[in-house]
Amino acid sequence: MESPLILNPETNSDRSIESRRKKKKLSNPRRSQNQNQMRWNSPAEQQNYSSKLIEALRQVRRNRNPSASLEAPTAAPSSSSNSPSRAESVPRGGRAVREAADRALAIAAKGRTRWSRAILKSRLKLKFKKRRIQRVAAVAGDNPSKRRAVSVIGLNLKEKKRSTGAQVQRKIRVLGRLVPGCRKLSLPNLLEETTDYVAALKMQIRAMTALTNLLSVSSAGASPIDRVGSTQPPTQS
Amino acid sequence: MSSRRSRSRQSSGSSRITDDQINDLVSKLQQLLPELRERHSDKVSAAKVLQETCNYIRNLHREVDDLTERLSELLANTDTSSAQAAIIRSLLM
Repeated sequence: MESPLILNPETNSDRSIESRRKKKKLSNPRRSQNQNQMRWNSPAEQQNYSSKLIEALRQVRRNRNPSASLEAPTAAPSSSSNSPSRAESVPRGGRAVREAADRALAIAAKGRTRWSRAILKSRLKLKFKKRRIQRVAAVAGDNPSKRRAVSVIGLNLKEKKRSTGAQVQRKIRVLGRLVPGCRKLSLPNLLEETTDYVAALKMQIRAMTALTNLLSVSSAGASPIDRVGSTQPPTQS
Repeated sequence: MSSRRSRSRQSSGSSRITDDQINDLVSKLQQLLPELRERHSDKVSAAKVLQETCNYIRNLHREVDDLTERLSELLANTDTSSAQAAIIRSLLM
């Protein structure tokens, strides 16, 4: 169950990108990281993520209730099909929403980081398995893809072991497990992925909090149509 | 492969990572953590930064889970497409 077309070019490009980064001066990674952090903090990115999130959530609901007819204004950025039949594995309602949110976040990252690619790849693998075998694949399906996609540079960890104790090693391993797709990454790459992942998570929480507040306000009080100022007539079924 | 020597501070092996590079990344990570942002990096060990990062990521995951639960409940309750359309419009503009 492998998709070598997807995995192999990425490992090659990853290695070349990493070797290019090491050749450059130290300031270049710093600049790209500052850009990354500012990217996750910009309100434009948050709005972008919010719209993607809304679309992804609507799709989850559409998949769950094939009878409900919601209007679909724009094309969905996610990769799942638009047919009412269940194209994705929907193990539990809450879990599906969480996965949709993570997937929207990974898409917002534009695939520049390893964790975002790992998230998208794991979903893709699940879908392929379901289409072929017609059963819900457990998370065990993710591991082979991750191991293959990550370039294993075990040398660096061993060198770092000389200067760092066993405790730090353990923490590094735990961190590698928390960030998706970074289980066997070298230490500097892992730290880079972690900084981007933490910034992205913070933005995800900001966006979802804002969305939750908006929805709770609208459901609690009267319709906010007057406050928003849009002149759409209420179209209730 | 041989030109790496001129850039990195240490002599290049196959892919040696400099300690300064790692310290730099660790300090950058420290800036993101809410609790450790104030302290200077020489007082905070790398192990502490890593530990705080793991805890922080776990907290963030938990927050995201809570938020998704609330969000899915809210979405299930407010089924009127008009309210959603108004919200989306206010969100995007």
